[in-house]
Order: sequence, then structure tokens, then C-alpha cells
Amino acid sequence: MSKQAITLYMHVHQPFRIREYTVFDTSLNHNYFEETDYFSQHNNERIFHKVADKSYRPMNALLKKLLDEHPEFKVSLSITGTFIEQARAWAPDVLQDFKDLVDTGRVEIVAETYYHSLAFFYSREEFVNQVEAHKQLIRDTFGVETRVFRNTELSYNDSLAQWADEYGFEGILAEGWDPILEWRSPNFVYRPEGTKNIKLLMKNYKLSDDLAFRFSNQAWEEWPLTADKYESWTTSAMEGQSTLNLFMDYETFGEHQWEDTGIFEFFDEFVKRWLSSPDRTFYTATEAVRNSEPVGTISMPHTVTWADSERDLTAWLGNDMQQEALRYLYELETPVLETGDIELIGDWRKLQTSDHSYYMCTKWFTDGDVHAYFSPYNSPYDAFLYFMNALRDLRFRLAEVQAQQEEK
Amino acid sequence: MKILMLGWELPPHNSGGLGVACYHLSKALADEGVSIDFVVPYTAPHDDITFMNVRHATHYSPLHKFGMGAYTTDTEIIEGETATTEEHPGSIRSLQKKYTRYVESLTETEHYDAIHAHDWLTAEAGMRAKELFNVPLVIHVHATEFDRAGGSSGNPVIHEIEYQGLMMADRIIAVSDITKRIIVEKYGIPEDKVDVVHNAIDTTSFDSSYVYDQRTYKYVETLKKDGYTVISAITRLTIQKGLTFLMEAFAKATTKHEKLVLLLAGDGEQRDELIRLAAKYGVSDKVLFTGFVRGKQLRDAYSATDIFVLSSISEPFGLTALEAAHHNTALIMTKQSGVSEVLNSIFTYDFWDTDKLADQLVGIAKSDALRSSLEKNVLHEYTRISWTDIAKKCIHNYKAPSLATNFEGVYA
Repeated sequence: MSKQAITLYMHVHQPFRIREYTVFDTSLNHNYFEETDYFSQHNNERIFHKVADKSYRPMNALLKKLLDEHPEFKVSLSITGTFIEQARAWAPDVLQDFKDLVDTGRVEIVAETYYHSLAFFYSREEFVNQVEAHKQLIRDTFGVETRVFRNTELSYNDSLAQWADEYGFEGILAEGWDPILEWRSPNFVYRPEGTKNIKLLMKNYKLSDDLAFRFSNQAWEEWPLTADKYESWTTSAMEGQSTLNLFMDYETFGEHQWEDTGIFEFFDEFVKRWLSSPDRTFYTATEAVRNSEPVGTISMPHTVTWADSERDLTAWLGNDMQQEALRYLYELETPVLETGDIELIGDWRKLQTSDHSYYMCTKWFTDGDVHAYFSPYNSPYDAFLYFMNALRDLRFRLAEVQAQQEEK
Repeated sequence: MKILMLGWELPPHNSGGLGVACYHLSKALADEGVSIDFVVPYTAPHDDITFMNVRHATHYSPLHKFGMGAYTTDTEIIEGETATTEEHPGSIRSLQKKYTRYVESLTETEHYDAIHAHDWLTAEAGMRAKELFNVPLVIHVHATEFDRAGGSSGNPVIHEIEYQGLMMADRIIAVSDITKRIIVEKYGIPEDKVDVVHNAIDTTSFDSSYVYDQRTYKYVETLKKDGYTVISAITRLTIQKGLTFLMEAFAKATTKHEKLVLLLAGDGEQRDELIRLAAKYGVSDKVLFTGFVRGKQLRDAYSATDIFVLSSISEPFGLTALEAAHHNTALIMTKQSGVSEVLNSIFTYDFWDTDKLADQLVGIAKSDALRSSLEKNVLHEYTRISWTDIAKKCIHNYKAPSLATNFEGVYA
């Protein structure tokens, strides 16, 4: 019998937020993302520095320490292309920290779309372009190959798994959602419906969200969560089972759960306790799929994500504004790509980042849960207007480029 | 002749057309030899106004920043909602009381031949002034609470003040037949107490050196070159303006004629609903929201326009239609808009009739001949009324015998 293993996977991402881009900018000023006011809520550089100080730097340091102290400790990360671009520009030391982590050989990089987009649901061709652009970026930046795939917001369905299988990925990540699993446990490896080789790792959302969402919630009956208590939960959850998948945002550490909640000390202590028994270890995502055979087949004909109580895409595509905005955006695919204009294509792709449509979400109007949806804008309607103005400007630039190219 | 004019705003410290109308009316009255004390409820310099004496009832800064402009909606007038402080006037009701107290204080030094009060905002002060100075009160109705409520019942406190003012006034000036009908039918005021005096536009007030800057709305200009027709509403985005019907008609029109774009210049509490509607109808990419505009951006919005739509559910007058006419646009307006009474070369529709509006939009967009005829012909119509005519009608009303001294009344 192999050891019991935790597969810890964290997601690292920053979008290029759109500044307050108005009708009066449209067709005149083609800069959508650079807010000149440093203290604005949409200044991407300022936000990056803030999150770097609160989360990236201290968490990188903690991971480095844990890797140095425990030869068994391993982590998997997905890092978006837009994050790497921002880190290169504004915080090269943060990017260097990530490189140092990967250089230990015990930190795996997981594949995804370069732009953290929902392209899979709009254009298979564009989706593949972005996956390959990301693969190449990871190769260039970290000198490693990606073998396991996760899609934006852990969105997943059978056809995605079938695509990833044919593409040659060894593993794929998804939410371990009860209505899908029914009586089954997320703590095993599964085979996605209609695939030959790929294996499915499913998030144990209860134990993941204990850290990601509940850790500092003083109204939670289990607060304060100690490493001792969490170890006893993981131990009982793992009884007779092989692998525990803890998936969360990297920013859980320091940004969602602030340093003063004790999240860093907690994690340091938990890793130490987990590895105190020789029967237990950590796996990278690739090890997790290579070390276990599937115990059964899982089918998810409908898209499941890791978001909200609905676990669907309604936070991104739930209202008319979001659907319209993305429809217009993807309508531009063929003409924009045909120009071969690097800047135009780059801006078109930056607009695909799913955060833009997330900011247009109006679900909280009915939920009354304003804080569940962080947005740099005053309202989802403002987010929509700035996006549409940028999109119209993109159309204007497209027409200009096309006219120039016809002249030649 | 010296009159006490009770107003709420004057340009540039105005939130809408009331301040503009008061300014031009006062200027024309001064030209006719009338001496005017004009009271505003705030303190701010009006250095360019030399033809009358502007009096400041309080030391507060101009009021639209407190949400107490001339277009206050009923949620904002709840008494005691906001505490009065040195910096903040509190509720609009407490401000009106201060305004009235200031008017009372004028009795010590001043003498007037008539009181001219504008809308419900200054009606109470007007009634008190009539009592103290014992001279005729003329109430000038630019909008009633029925108009502002846009079809709903409106605020009962405002209705009550409006009713009292109209009852107590010696003479009433309504800005359109539509407004007169509301005053007579909804408030039961005798018809012969109400004079209809339509507003005018003072074309000399437009900066003659103005040249349209195509760069302000460059995207719109690009679309025009590509054969698009620009439809505009330049207005507060509020229920009274009937913009949800305009949005629906616009969506219908685009199914018949694709190259249409809708420019919504202005801001208001209905903005989010309109954004949602545009997305629901699938026309978001053809609807541009500018936010609040003034100055150059405002004038350029008119200049960028091909078809100006005044879609109000209830519009006592609608001065923006005349401004649009001045900037060479084809005009479509609801039959519920007072300004339609003074223009002929326009299209009209009932505010709810989106099929008809869609048809008119497409018809104008598809025919250059129709559009240029409308633009040209309305240019001969929009200046037919002058502020001098209006001033003369007002002076006539000031001479009405006060009901307080003569209960028989010549108009009874």
C-alpha cells in the first residue's frame, strides 16, 4: 500500500483591470489597462504591489522554508500569463522567488489558458492557442513542461476532459462536487467519461474551503482552526483513502486570510504534523495521477466550477450583459487574428480574462452578499460600460488596421 | 416696477433647465425696465449677472451636490433625514424653511410690486411674501409633481405644497397647454387663472465662436462615416424621461435598419436599468452612455446628433428640443412634451408607442431627404417665440389685482 498523500494545488493570477475608459476615450486613446492615477482602485500596478507584499512574498518565503525543511513537501501551482507579465514589469523578485521554488524540483506548474479566459466555451481554436501560449511561457520562464491541466475557475465538463486526453495531458483538475460524486469520495483518482489515459483529480472542497474561506471567520463554530484540529480532520477524511486534493487560490495565504489571522503559522505547523508520520507525504499533481489507478469513471456533461454555492459559470455568464460582452468579444476572433497585429491581438486577449465578466456579475443584488464579489468598480454596470467602450475602440482599431493592410 | 423673483438656481450653478429659463426670463424682464431681486437658496458668485440683484438666502454652496437641486425626487425630501450642520443644509424641507425666513427678513427694507415664484420649491416662500408685502403672487409652473413622478403617484407632501401654492396664487403661468391641463384637471384650479406662456430659446446666448470638435465623440464620427445614423437623448436618466420605451424602440428599429447608434448623454438613477435593458435587447454595442456632460461635451453631443428624441412620459416643456433644433437635428418627441406645441416640422408619438417611434427612426435614417427637410424646416420654427414676448406676458400678469385685496377679482 502506498502512502497517504496530500496534493496541494494553488492558483496564482492577476488580471489587467480596465481603467475608467469612457466614450470620450473611445477611438482616441487606445490604452485600456493603464490607470494613470496610482491610487485608483483600478491601478493594476498598485494592486500587484499590495498583494505581493501581503501574499506572494511571505507565502513564497514560507514555501521555500517548508521545501528546505521537509524533503517530502511538494506543491503544484498554476500561474497565469497575465500574472507573469505583471510580475516581470513590477516585481521581478516575486517571479524570481517562484523560479527558485520550481528549481527545487518539487514544485510543479499546472497548465491553463495564458489569459485565464473562458475561451473553451466560445472558441476551441482560440482556447488551444492560449493553452499552447501558456505552455511555451512556462517553458521559457521556468524551464519545465506542464503535464496536468486546469481550466479557468476550475471549470470542467466531459468534453474538456476528452480534449485534454487527446491533447496528451496526464491529469486534469475539477471540483469534487457532491451532486456529481453522489456516494463516492473525492479522495481517489478517477477516469473522466469517454477518455483513454487521462486521470481526474477532484478537489476536496470541505477541507480546502476550511482554509480558503472559513479560516478567519469568528462566527464559524470551529473557529479558531488549529493545526491540531485540522490534522485530525484530514486523518479521519483519509481513512482507507489514498489522496487528498486541497485546491485553492494562492492569495488564500495573506490576502484572503490576512497574516494576523495566523494562517502562515498554521500552515507551517500543519505541514510539520502531517509529515511527522512516515506513512504520509505530499504529491505533485503529476505524482498523484501516476501513483494511483482510477477507481471508477466520473461523468460531468454539464459544466461545473469551483465558484459559489451553485458551482457553475453564472458568476461569469449569468446575466445578459456578460453574455453580450463575451459574444461581441469572440465575434472579433477571426478578423482580429487575421490582421496579425500583435498589439491588437494582445489587447483582444487581455479583454478575454474572465475577471472582466466577473465584475459585471449582478448575482449579489439578490444574494445581498456584496462582499462575496470583489470588484474594483462601483457597480457591475460601470464595469460593463468600461468594457464595452474598450471593445468598441478595439473594433475601431481593427477597421483602421484592416484599411492600412488593404492599401498595401 | 420692482418684483421679487423666487428661484432655486441660476447658471452656472444649475442642475437643469429651470435655472436657464429663470436666467433668460429675468434678463428679458430687465430689458423691459423691470427691477428684480432674485433669491437663490445658496451662496455662489454670479458675477456675470448685472441686470438684476441676486440675493442669497443661505450660505450653503450650490445645492445639486447635496441632492437638493431643482429636480429632487421624492425619496430625498423626507424631513429630518439628514442632520442640518454648518456645512450641510440637512433636508430640502429645512432648506425651504430657511429660504422662507430669509424672504420674511426682506420686509424690513424692501418694497415690491409683485412676487414671481418658480415651482413648488419656492411656493411656500411665495405665499408668505404675498401675505407680508400684500402684493400679487404669480406662480410659474415649469413642472408639477405629476410630471416628475413619471406616471406614479408622486410625493404627497409636494402635492400638498403645490396645491396650496396654486390656490393662493393670484395668477399662474404654465409653460405649456399640457401643464395647464394638469393644473386645471388634477388640482381643480379655474382655467382662467392660468396663462400658457411657452419657453423660448435665446440663440444669442450660444457662444458664436463655437465650432464642433469632431474629436470629442470620435467613435461616433467614425460610425457616421460608415453610414450610421446617430440617435440621441440628452437628458437626465430618470423615469420621467421615458427612456425605457426609447430603448425598446431603438432595439426594434435596429432589426429593420442595422446602422443605428444611440447616444445617451446624461446620468441618473435609471442608468443601470437602461444598461440592463440594452443587454437584454442585444444592442449594448450600439448604445453609448456618456455620463453627465456639460460645456463642450454637451454642445458637441448635440452636434454629433442626427435624430434627437425627447421621449418623456410627461414633459411640461422640454427646452433641450429647441437646443437640438439649433444644432441641425431632426426632432422626434412624445405628444406628452409641451415643446411639441410650438414646433411643426417634427415627428411625434405617444410615449408608450414603441412601434411608431421605431418606424419614425428607421424612416428618417433611411431617407436623407426627409432628414434634411426636418432639420432645415425646424430652423424656421424654433425661434418664433422670444423671451421678450414672454417678459411682456409676465408683466401683464404682475398687474393682476391681488386676490388678497380684491376678492371679486377681474378674472373671476
